[in-house]
Amino acid sequence: MATEIQSGKVHVQTTINGESVDFLAEPRESLLEVLRDNLGLTGAKEGCNNGNCGACNVVMDGVLVNSCCVLSVEAAGASIETIEGVASPEGLHPLQQSFLENAALQCGVCTPGFIVAAKALLEENPDPTEYEVRWWLAGNLCRCTGYDKIVRAVLDAAERMRAEA
Amino acid sequence: MAVDTRVGQTIKHHDEEYKVIGTRPIRHDGLEKVTGEARYGSDINLPGQLHGKVLRSPHAHARIVSIDTSRAEALDGVRAVITSAAFPDPGDKLTGGGEAPGLPLKFKSANMLARGKVHYHGHAIAAVAAANPHVAAEALKLIDVEYEVLDPVLEVWDAMKSDAPVIIEDLYTARADGTTAEEPSNVAAEMLYEVGDVDAGFAEADLVVDREFTFGVVHQGYIETHNATAHWLKDGHLHVWCSSQGAFTIRQELADLLDHPITKIHVVPMEIGGGFGGKTTAYLEPLAALLSRQTGHPIKMAMDRADVLKATGPTPGGYVRVKLGVTNDGMITAGYANLAFDAGGYPGSVVGAGCRCVFAPYNMPNAKVEGFDVVVNKPKTHAYRAPGATHAEFASETVVDEICRTLDIDPVEFRLKNSAKEGDWQLAMPPYPRIGHIECMEAARDSAQWQTPLETAPGKKRGRGIASGFWFNIGFTSSVTAKLNSDGSVTLLEGSTDIGGTRTSIAMQFAETLGISVEDVDPIVADTDSVGQTDVTGGSRVTFATGLAAHNAANDMKDQIVEGLADLWDVAADSISHADGTFSANGKSATVGEAAGLLEEEGVFPIGKNTVTPTREGGAFAVHIADVEVDEETGKVEVLRYTAVQDAGVAIYPPYVEGQMQGGVVQGVGWALNEEYVYDDDGHLLNASLLDYRMPTALDVPNIETIIVEVPNPGHPYGVRGVGEVPIVPPPAAMANAIHDATGVRMSHLPMSPARVQAALAAEA
Ligand code: FES
Ligand code: FES
Repeated sequence: MATEIQSGKVHVQTTINGESVDFLAEPRESLLEVLRDNLGLTGAKEGCNNGNCGACNVVMDGVLVNSCCVLSVEAAGASIETIEGVASPEGLHPLQQSFLENAALQCGVCTPGFIVAAKALLEENPDPTEYEVRWWLAGNLCRCTGYDKIVRAVLDAAERMRAEA
Repeated sequence: MAVDTRVGQTIKHHDEEYKVIGTRPIRHDGLEKVTGEARYGSDINLPGQLHGKVLRSPHAHARIVSIDTSRAEALDGVRAVITSAAFPDPGDKLTGGGEAPGLPLKFKSANMLARGKVHYHGHAIAAVAAANPHVAAEALKLIDVEYEVLDPVLEVWDAMKSDAPVIIEDLYTARADGTTAEEPSNVAAEMLYEVGDVDAGFAEADLVVDREFTFGVVHQGYIETHNATAHWLKDGHLHVWCSSQGAFTIRQELADLLDHPITKIHVVPMEIGGGFGGKTTAYLEPLAALLSRQTGHPIKMAMDRADVLKATGPTPGGYVRVKLGVTNDGMITAGYANLAFDAGGYPGSVVGAGCRCVFAPYNMPNAKVEGFDVVVNKPKTHAYRAPGATHAEFASETVVDEICRTLDIDPVEFRLKNSAKEGDWQLAMPPYPRIGHIECMEAARDSAQWQTPLETAPGKKRGRGIASGFWFNIGFTSSVTAKLNSDGSVTLLEGSTDIGGTRTSIAMQFAETLGISVEDVDPIVADTDSVGQTDVTGGSRVTFATGLAAHNAANDMKDQIVEGLADLWDVAADSISHADGTFSANGKSATVGEAAGLLEEEGVFPIGKNTVTPTREGGAFAVHIADVEVDEETGKVEVLRYTAVQDAGVAIYPPYVEGQMQGGVVQGVGWALNEEYVYDDDGHLLNASLLDYRMPTALDVPNIETIIVEVPNPGHPYGVRGVGEVPIVPPPAAMANAIHDATGVRMSHLPMSPARVQAALAAEA
């Protein structure tokens, strides 16, 4: 639901990480801005603000998106998953554990985006090849790691998840 | 053959065995970084904060005739607008700490907000504080600036001509002999390094190869853009939160630029999303501080990506000439190099560092190196990972390869024969201590890649190249304060911002020294009020210097525990021995944890402290092998296989040493093949976005095989050499040599982009 109210702001009802959420936003604000600045969900990062780095990745209605390129009002009625929803109260997601064990992060600013993107990959393709991992993650820039350990971490997590399934 | 690079190969040239050092624990800050909880600079929001934005010059070179901010100030929601008039007059003062102390402060101040003249496209003109970022952005459009547009000078070879427009009217060349030029010019400084007699050396040579190379400007490309939040309290205390490589550097710069007492400035280092040399200096912090003083509110500022590319400190483009003389049996007799680098809009490029590195892998009897620091209408350039070395060694390692081809000498054999080793001279430095160039070259020669013949494919042009690289590393100052808790755990405060796992590499050295587990150390990156002076995270210095401070602090703590136990046990302190984390004397013994409990009961809480400024960095060598395939039609070069070999001294935290090597390689591949600032003739930057300034993606590179060589640095108790920077040095030369192997064409410009390779192939045909 999105209802325009008097201040020129729009009232948006949405679902984030399984919780129903309400927010007020200016129509020009992106989903990334609202997540970070209005809702305090700062795990998604801004690296470019025009769809070229993947640092802002979230999943909206099952589709991996760059939240900097989604207007916040588009979130109305949608279901959004962010990095903050990836770990469960029981513990880390296998991808998070695998990133830690494989040293797949350096500065870590790209890491939330990579994990959200890789999770979307493994939900679609639980047994990707190295090439498929590299192809899927080509929308996420990492300037620190050279990708080697990230790709290995994703393949490693995929293996663990298949073993657990 | 499949090679598992998750745990790369390590070749040790020492017999030391450690308990903690060399292991692969999970980094202390890892969990919050994989869950999104870690707080980077722009993740902070303060109550009552306003948002700042910067107006930037649309011209590369212009005089500012007038600035009228009244329409912007009248916009609803705008709270303050500042121009350079808000800064105190820098007079003749020089800059204090930071990466380049001793430069005129007026240049740094004018780079924050232009004073009278703009020096590059994107130069900051004015800053606005408003209720939200969108209003601030609207207000920028309402600032009226009248410019008198001037002709820009973009390349060093044009800027050095005697009839070039002079960008800084009162800039007089500081000559190598200590004198100052009488006429102003764009050449800020000249430098000269000389060993032996080059003319005699070239006269002895059977073959002289003399080549010129040119370079585009490249950006460090960290994924997190610059940001700063400042709150100037009414009592004059200034609090700043930022993502910088050096909180203490930012504090010093703020003190200099704002003429404000350093004790009143408190800088909190937030997590930092990459720096690579580009986040060693202030851009937004002083603006946020001034806007906060004016409005009384905290001010948050963040650059967008276009701002970052246009107006931070990319690394220079420029020119390098390298001339080498050799005998027919492949001994170098002399070397000459001439380097001219873009300083950008204000003096101070990294050309001096390039000069020091250009011939570093070789012991040549005669050498002469000249350097020129040249002001052009581009952003003020800064360090980028082994600054200057990549340009310099791209040139020299390409010339070495040409010599090997001409004389039909194996490139590994040539390098082994001429390699620098312990006791040989270095330019402007004491002779080499124990170094590992030969060991790296041997490891490269014996590597799986070098030993596997390049697979040919019908109709494909494939080639293999090898290149050496050197970076001298830097010591600077580091501090650690470690507090022993009553359960035997240790809270370790250190001042080095952690860009890639250094909390853990520092904690590991502390744990090794005290004999506890690394999980019992909790490393904290502390703010400028809470820990001693610590210089930038740069120069590959953190694991070396801050690690040394941690080692010394652990020994200090150990001494305090011994003293406490001596009192308690009523024995002489020197009768207490310490091994594997256990103190013992006279049949009594206590682990660190037990000792902490015993001392607590006595009211003794040991705090180990140390501040060091080590100078025996040791220097780092790397040797890389690249296999490439060149598409003759498009000129696109693909990396098929890559091995990086590097002397880490002793690898404290190997997965992150491998990570530095792999990350450096991929940055080097981007520089080699694609990355470059594109300007039009008027000096407008045309590719200020990550779509058009395209950095390598996961799909552009293969896995990077790593071989860590351990030749301990005699200047560190655990033999550490910095590892972060040198891996960016060899890739462009290794790739150029591979391109030549594949096609017979020598590339002389970075990047070797598809269009350039295509043109070179066409010219050859
Ligand atoms: S910030 Fe959204 S893709 Fe870069
Ligand atoms: S870890 Fe720094 S950008 Fe990926």
